[in-house]
Amino acid sequence: MIENTKCECGHNNPIGTVLCEHCGRPLDETTNSNDKLDKEMRYEGKARRSLTYQKSIIDQVWNFFSSVKIAIILIIITFIMSAIGTIFPQEQFIPSSSPDTYYEETYGTLGKWFHQLGLSTMYSSWWFATLLSMIGISLVICSLDRVIPLYRALKNQKVSKSTVFIERQRISVTEEVSQEEASFKMDELANKLSKKRYHVRKEKDALLAEKGRFSRWGPYINHIGLIIFLVGILLRYLPGWNLDDYVWVQEGQTVRVPQTQYYVKNEGSTVEYYKETEKSQKGPIVSKYQTKAVLYKKDSNGKLVPLMNKSILVNDPLDFEGLKLYQSDFRAGDLTGIQFAIIDRKSKKNLGEFSVDLSNITANHIYRAGGLRVKIKDYFPDFAIENNVPVTKSQDPNQPAFLFETIDEGKEKGENSLVISGMDFPNPESNKYNIQLAGFETVNTAGLMVRIEKSLPIYLIGGVVSMLGLVMGFYWQHRRVWVRVQDGKLHIGAHTNKNWFAIRRELSQVGFSRLVKETEEK
Amino acid sequence: MTAIMNNLLYGTFIIYLLAAIAFVVVATDVKKRSKIWGNIAITLSIAGVVIHIAFMISRIVIGGHFPTSNMFEFIAFLCFALVLAFIVIFAIYRTYVLGAFVMPFAVVLLAYAAVFPRDVQPLIPALQSHWLYIHVTTAALGQGAFAVSFVAGLIYLIYKVGNGEKSSHGKYLETTLVIIVMMLGFSIASLFFQAIGYKASFTHEIDGNQVVEEYQLPPIVAPHESKAVTVESFLGFKDPLLEVPAWMKGENAASKFNSVIWGIVVGLVLYAIYLLIVRKNLYQLLYPLVKKLDPELLDEISYRGVAIGYPLFTLGALIFAMIWANEAWGRPWGWDPKETWAFITWMFYSAYLHLRLSRGWVGMKSSWLAVGGFVIIMLNLIVINLVISGLHSYA
Repeated sequence: MIENTKCECGHNNPIGTVLCEHCGRPLDETTNSNDKLDKEMRYEGKARRSLTYQKSIIDQVWNFFSSVKIAIILIIITFIMSAIGTIFPQEQFIPSSSPDTYYEETYGTLGKWFHQLGLSTMYSSWWFATLLSMIGISLVICSLDRVIPLYRALKNQKVSKSTVFIERQRISVTEEVSQEEASFKMDELANKLSKKRYHVRKEKDALLAEKGRFSRWGPYINHIGLIIFLVGILLRYLPGWNLDDYVWVQEGQTVRVPQTQYYVKNEGSTVEYYKETEKSQKGPIVSKYQTKAVLYKKDSNGKLVPLMNKSILVNDPLDFEGLKLYQSDFRAGDLTGIQFAIIDRKSKKNLGEFSVDLSNITANHIYRAGGLRVKIKDYFPDFAIENNVPVTKSQDPNQPAFLFETIDEGKEKGENSLVISGMDFPNPESNKYNIQLAGFETVNTAGLMVRIEKSLPIYLIGGVVSMLGLVMGFYWQHRRVWVRVQDGKLHIGAHTNKNWFAIRRELSQVGFSRLVKETEEK
Repeated sequence: MTAIMNNLLYGTFIIYLLAAIAFVVVATDVKKRSKIWGNIAITLSIAGVVIHIAFMISRIVIGGHFPTSNMFEFIAFLCFALVLAFIVIFAIYRTYVLGAFVMPFAVVLLAYAAVFPRDVQPLIPALQSHWLYIHVTTAALGQGAFAVSFVAGLIYLIYKVGNGEKSSHGKYLETTLVIIVMMLGFSIASLFFQAIGYKASFTHEIDGNQVVEEYQLPPIVAPHESKAVTVESFLGFKDPLLEVPAWMKGENAASKFNSVIWGIVVGLVLYAIYLLIVRKNLYQLLYPLVKKLDPELLDEISYRGVAIGYPLFTLGALIFAMIWANEAWGRPWGWDPKETWAFITWMFYSAYLHLRLSRGWVGMKSSWLAVGGFVIIMLNLIVINLVISGLHSYA
């Protein structure tokens, strides 16, 4: 810590100052006088809060987070942990609903550890969120700790700098000049540098040419963008801020969009293939998944009012005031109905047909075919025999079976027959009628992802601000040239925050290649 | 049209190769004829880029979409981005020696791209978006600039290790160079077996589905619990030596892993032959090319590559990526492995920038970081598509 803050030029500097605010002379005389001032120039040698106050707890917390070293350590921990998290897939990507056993079975002991250490859900873990938040805090404090003194220093720059300051710049040269020569040279330099679009300020025996100062704010603007972005992420913890759900809709069906008051109707889902790939060995390639959807809302009478029509495509979701429905999955040929034909056993004549809507089967419904009436006495969507008893394995119509009662005209009771799809079940020989499968009615089903993400505009603003800062900071640079005439000597020093090659070339282009050469050979 | 496209690809390859040779001539030329050769070299590079663009246009005409939809197209574009970034940086610094390293590297990269299936494929619905080329090209341009930074860093290391200042880094530098030789070895092996039309295939089960996996190189490793369908014998070898572990189940993971092993083996054989003939380390061989350079300038070029690449990479690999992911997958970010590795790359270069700008890491440290950053990019390109089946496994 530098104790002596009064500079030789007479200026009183705040404690912690590295380079005199007035003349630029280094205040810490213990540094080797031949060393260049690169490090000190980073923040113009201004006192920073973190280097000035170190007593109270607030100071210590501030100092902790204001350290770029800490920021870098946080960054490194974050990316190493992120990398470790990709060794095995995260839980949301595994094809199993029981991660407890999946990881060990699939990946062995390492997999078990991966799961037990919580690495299989690490990106949503509290400690990962803590890491990101600490980076966020570090972003704010690091930036504040530096940008304020830097802003003050650059705003109040003095034209006339100490010759020590000029000589210790990375590019600097000193030469003997006579009085008249000096003022001529100064004018020439001022002229040429302003042609290179430098902003030139002149005093009696000193000159300061500067350009691209705004690029110094680039990193801080980038950090503001990142902070906005992180705020967007934090807002996701608010209830109702985001929604992530899923809904399957069959063609013709209208279902409620989960967790909302909206309803969605599927007016047709289709899949299309590239013609040229239809006969290829690897199988056809899909060219398009499409779902014609209508979004409804119930009015006060409970009636559905259409709000919007949209053909949802992959990459083109339905978007209604921030509620988005994405084409996410497609299932072809869901069974919705079966057609049956009644055949007279003796004459083999088709007596008539009827169709059963699988979503609407009741015991009392009477199907009519020709002059016959048919009742469904029992229905097994997913037929199986267990312990000699017919059962259904699930409610999905994977293998539908029906127990029909076929009733002749004018009669009360009829004959029973069991019909199992995909099976030729031997009904009693005494039966007059044979019921056969005559056709299936199938529909396609769309899997729609339901999303609300209110942070999107915040992310976008954060991204735009961040990019603005990056472009400012990386594609421009802050260049300065100081000239000072003192005791028959002309001192020139130049500094840039990056791209030294370019500023050297620029100095040689304004006619001072000799000066630049000398510097390079040193 | 397909013939034109293929010829444009070969043309690009040959012109990059000629440019590489011309740059090496400039770097080694002891007489003062280097100016002419320098002009030839840079003209060839620009001509190569123009033909490369023509190649991409012909591919757009055939396929109806921008060619960044599979591994071949992406790596070829990465090669394009590398040469483009080099030309931009050359325009600023006029260092021919940089070309003597970048252009051969571009040739290796294009050869590596050619290993992957080159037929034009129609776009699956998930890729049918303008963001396909906006996102991928911007990210690749950023990576191209990072690659130039990597090459400049490598030259800096060769300079410092070669002149004896930092000879303790020699073995790490040599390892890095051998890894590049392995990439070359992989390309040579693949193109050789492509030329003789080698084929093998295996059938195995992935998540309950029977899958046939095609091999373009003789199988050293077979897919997990697989059965051979057809395996041509090569030099009497027929049966694979090993099986890959069960967790390798990305798209054609076993076949790709097999290719990596081939790359390592052929690379090591090439390196052994080289050692037998030349009897000195690779960096010692390369040192004379770079010894006249100013190390401070190399350090600056390496940093400049990152400075140019970082905003482009941020825009392409993160911001545009999020916008597209939000349109296609319904969320801006989902920690898909490829996304995670883009994030890791970005964080790595953020650390690079902070270490350099705030902690004064220049020279050796900075150069090693530039090398490390590019290693991460290559890891993301090769390993992530190889091992893990994520949303990005298109090729």
